[in-house]
Amino acid sequence: MLETNLAHKKYNVDEQGFYGEYGGAFIPEMLYPNVENLRQQYLKIMYEPEFQKEFRALLKDYVGRPSPLYFAKKLSAYYDTKIYLKREDLNHTGAHKINNTIGQILLAKKLGKHRIIAETGAGQHGVATATVCALAGLECIVFMGEVDIERQAPNVARMRMLGAKVVPAKSGSKTLKDATNEAIRDWINNPNDTHYIIGSVVGPHPYPDMVARFQAVISEEMKWQLREQTGKENPDTIIACVGGGSNAAGAFYHYLENEKVKLVAVEASGLGNDTGKSAATSLLGSKGVLHGSRTLLMQTEDGQVEEPYSISAGLDYPGIGPMHSHLIRSGRAKVFGATDEEALHAARFLAKMEGIIPALESAHAFAVLEKMTFEKEEVVVVNLSGRGDKDLATYIDFFKLNG
Amino acid sequence: MTRIEELFSKKNKNICNIYFTAGFPKLIDTEKIILTLEEAGADMIEIGMPYSDPLADGETIQQSGSIAIANGMTLQILFEQIEGVRKKSEIPLVMMGYFNQVIQYGEEAFFQKCREVGIDGLILPDLPAAIYESDYQQMMKNNNLNNIFLITPQTSDERIVYLDSLSSGFVYMVADASVTGKQKNISNHQIAYFERIEKMNLTNPRLIGFGIADYKSFSTACKYSNGAIIGSAFIRAIEESNDLEATIIDFIGMIKNEKIEI
Repeated sequence: MLETNLAHKKYNVDEQGFYGEYGGAFIPEMLYPNVENLRQQYLKIMYEPEFQKEFRALLKDYVGRPSPLYFAKKLSAYYDTKIYLKREDLNHTGAHKINNTIGQILLAKKLGKHRIIAETGAGQHGVATATVCALAGLECIVFMGEVDIERQAPNVARMRMLGAKVVPAKSGSKTLKDATNEAIRDWINNPNDTHYIIGSVVGPHPYPDMVARFQAVISEEMKWQLREQTGKENPDTIIACVGGGSNAAGAFYHYLENEKVKLVAVEASGLGNDTGKSAATSLLGSKGVLHGSRTLLMQTEDGQVEEPYSISAGLDYPGIGPMHSHLIRSGRAKVFGATDEEALHAARFLAKMEGIIPALESAHAFAVLEKMTFEKEEVVVVNLSGRGDKDLATYIDFFKLNG
Repeated sequence: MTRIEELFSKKNKNICNIYFTAGFPKLIDTEKIILTLEEAGADMIEIGMPYSDPLADGETIQQSGSIAIANGMTLQILFEQIEGVRKKSEIPLVMMGYFNQVIQYGEEAFFQKCREVGIDGLILPDLPAAIYESDYQQMMKNNNLNNIFLITPQTSDERIVYLDSLSSGFVYMVADASVTGKQKNISNHQIAYFERIEKMNLTNPRLIGFGIADYKSFSTACKYSNGAIIGSAFIRAIEESNDLEATIIDFIGMIKNEKIEI
């Protein structure tokens, strides 16, 4: 069972919604009533037995949980350690994103909201939101950067097939950051009937904590699956990619306060951190406010938010969730960068070694296996956050798979 | 006493506060816009710090901000421009911007610089009231800066009293649940909200903004408050102008007098 107690812990959120100095709700007054209402209600609603029953049943029967924890034998032999893959790629809709949207759609119904908005970059969160809206019979509007609509056509079609309206974000750089701005503006314009399903552990408090709690099912399962397979519920190391950071938050969640478990966050270095074409936020960014929380973000000297770059649309975000800012800056989590090319090669290597084609985002996590050293008996869990179907065009291009 | 407080001590009806985005339409227009607005009869000016991600703003102000940034506007340039204007004008000046730029500049350094160049007040819509109270209230007071909070039709009475107690200079009444620049007629629903706030007898004067665009909406807003703030409509007016000064004078004339149209 998840914990409802917000009693101060070193790496969990505090009563004011902060992780150390990061977090909070830096929002215009127009958003205050909705965000405050959510803050007062979310824990109460989430931990009602009836809510938990419905949430758990949907995770099991609709999403297909628990997702397997798979011992990757060949990969383990190659790196001379013990590597387990948490198979979030096997979830319905192909990634971990649905854990959160199932939770939030049930919450939206309890709050009496009947219009759902969401932002999406690559379209994974948009599809996961459109899916649960269809399931719940609620109106769904997804904001997506005009540029992303063009480069992610199949996911746009999936959302439309599921009955969602996809609205192009035409401001700024026309990508994920701007889609998020547009969703927030829509919420300002529609304060009464609308719930905003944020797709990552970003945004004003309580979103980062709420999304982390819905994604925490990942590490909750890891505990008993590891106990079954290794005899111990704690791994030595957990590796996950971080864009906004929701899959990492879920994989880390139940181990946050156990400092014996090493946490490794992998950011997208794009073409390289010194090229100006990167999305490695904690490595290149500084403290500021983005989308309602105080966190690390990539910005100019004058405080203008910079446009990141990564081949993976899911990691192509100029900030990271406040929890990760705190984990990284406090030294609790270690951060690595993986470039486009390193991620692409890691994806192909995993496909050949284990017969699994990962999403490009998840491939970044696998790329750091090359950069780290492990003990022979070390238990390493890599969170395989999504599957690679959506990235096939990129793989075809790069590896010339068409012959 | 700031220039804002002085203004309200002398005049408490029909205050005309005009917002413009610094660096738009051209980088060097700041001084010309401020001096012409003063000449045309504006009582107060709100200078927008152009920002890449202005959450509370609609398309018009977003676009003017993008153009201003592309024109090369930075905080340093803006402060220099304001310092220049201050030698020629005593009109109350409010800076409106997003908190990220203040953090990046360094909060205390930012407030000190505002004081040095002659800024009278700040509107930072995404600075939380509780954080202001614990971390910045004293700092801003020390630098003789008014801090202006927003209230909306959804803000509870209890919170309005709290935000009024933290504000100085004036309270910014957001006219409707919306981002800036959504033009429509003022509804009975909004009038009821204006009347409700009027009866609360706040300690600060009240200016109404968001959706105020012409004589009719300006005079309606003024009936229920101490004045109004016009932003997007002004940006749209100067956007296409070939003669900035003439456009500004005509615009203020149109706002203040129903018989004049642009």
